[in-house]
Amino acid sequence: MPLTKRIIPCLDVDHGKVVKGINFIQLKSAGDPVELAKRYSDEGADELVFLDITASHEKRDILRQYVENVAKKINIPFTVGGGIRNVVDARNVLCSGADKISVNTAAVEKPEIITELADAFGRQCIVVAIDAKRNLSPSPGKVTIQTVDGPVWFEVTICGGRISTGIDAVAWALQTEKLGAGEFLVTSMDKDGTENGFDLELTCAISERVHVPVIASGGAGLPQHFVDVLTTGKADAALAASVFHYNKYPISLVKNYLCNAGVPIRQ
Amino acid sequence: MQKAVIFDYGVGNLLSLKCAIERAGLDVFIGSSTQDLAQADAIVLPGVGSFTPVAKKLAGFKEIIQTKVTEGVPLLGICLGLQLFFEESAEGPGEGLALFKGKVVQLQGDLKIPHMGWNTFNSVKACELFNGINNEKAYVYFVHSFYPVPFDECVVCAKTTYGLPFTSAVVDKNMYGLQFHPEKSGDVGLQILQNFVKIVTR
Repeated sequence: MPLTKRIIPCLDVDHGKVVKGINFIQLKSAGDPVELAKRYSDEGADELVFLDITASHEKRDILRQYVENVAKKINIPFTVGGGIRNVVDARNVLCSGADKISVNTAAVEKPEIITELADAFGRQCIVVAIDAKRNLSPSPGKVTIQTVDGPVWFEVTICGGRISTGIDAVAWALQTEKLGAGEFLVTSMDKDGTENGFDLELTCAISERVHVPVIASGGAGLPQHFVDVLTTGKADAALAASVFHYNKYPISLVKNYLCNAGVPIRQ
Repeated sequence: MQKAVIFDYGVGNLLSLKCAIERAGLDVFIGSSTQDLAQADAIVLPGVGSFTPVAKKLAGFKEIIQTKVTEGVPLLGICLGLQLFFEESAEGPGEGLALFKGKVVQLQGDLKIPHMGWNTFNSVKACELFNGINNEKAYVYFVHSFYPVPFDECVVCAKTTYGLPFTSAVVDKNMYGLQFHPEKSGDVGLQILQNFVKIVTR
């Protein structure tokens, strides 16, 4: 059997509670990250990603506490991202029990942080998150991909897609891979929330060029979308939130679907 | 009551491993002194960090680890912890514990490195750690760029294929080494740790 493709539910956490619509029945408290993590883990999730969106000075303690509680309860790998800006923040999260940390804005503002983190903890626990948006205006020097919409390049955005940086996402992936990225979490800001499929061209453009694993994110709505991104899109893993939260397509169903489509999956 | 020590190299996440061993039914503490090692009934070398700094950190504890192992204390090495059983590594300069003859080399080929995710293993010889596990369906979690090449093939108890087959578990007397992370490998990992606990507590 080959290495399997990974299915990763993503949980947005604010002040230690999972936010965004969660529609599980049989949960005592819908927003408890530990309970949800356990549930996803039992349903066959291969990994989990927690995105901490708490913006306050008491952040660190809250973060440390829930990361620790999650680590005590689940026995699959999990990544924590959101507001990690330096080695101290990263150490707090890792020593509380996270397996990987994800950096986004901090890396764009100060790329050397990736090397510092990789040197301190090993590159396998450094996930570089890239939020990318299609840019249809031709621009010299950018990696241009032919799509059904014509030639596009992918632009890195920060702060939840609100700020465009002018940075070419493909070039940025190659640069940060050299700096020490151990994995990429590539989110399509065009597809995120649409539920009409991953951006296969974006995922493929990055995955074909880097030598570390790529997690595709943004746009999952149907089981077939997972097949598409893990085959045509050449992703190593696929991340989704709402399809799993609303229990529209439970993880086990998506995994069965993938298995029937011939995608190597852990069951 | 038996107690295991997880040797702390000073980097990364040891909490998941501690919790996983506790779940498997063994008391465990995190320690980094000769005294900690001396009073332990089992020693676990965790899989965090990189070869050179950790080999340096372990240099002063080689003797006590060797003594304990000779006394029959079970030793479990996970990922980098397993790689430290060997003499040297392509990851960087430094001397391993040399409990096993052989070296650690880098994964090669067109595949993505690190080998990250869930993969299976084939038992090539019986090992108590894998009691009750159906190999064909047992997925375990890997995250590594290097793997051991033992001088003596008969210590190899499992192989995994990533491009080419590589050694994913070794055993010799009371020394057990796993290239994957049992603490991150769901129920299969729990079973492996429970088997280790049985060895420690008998």
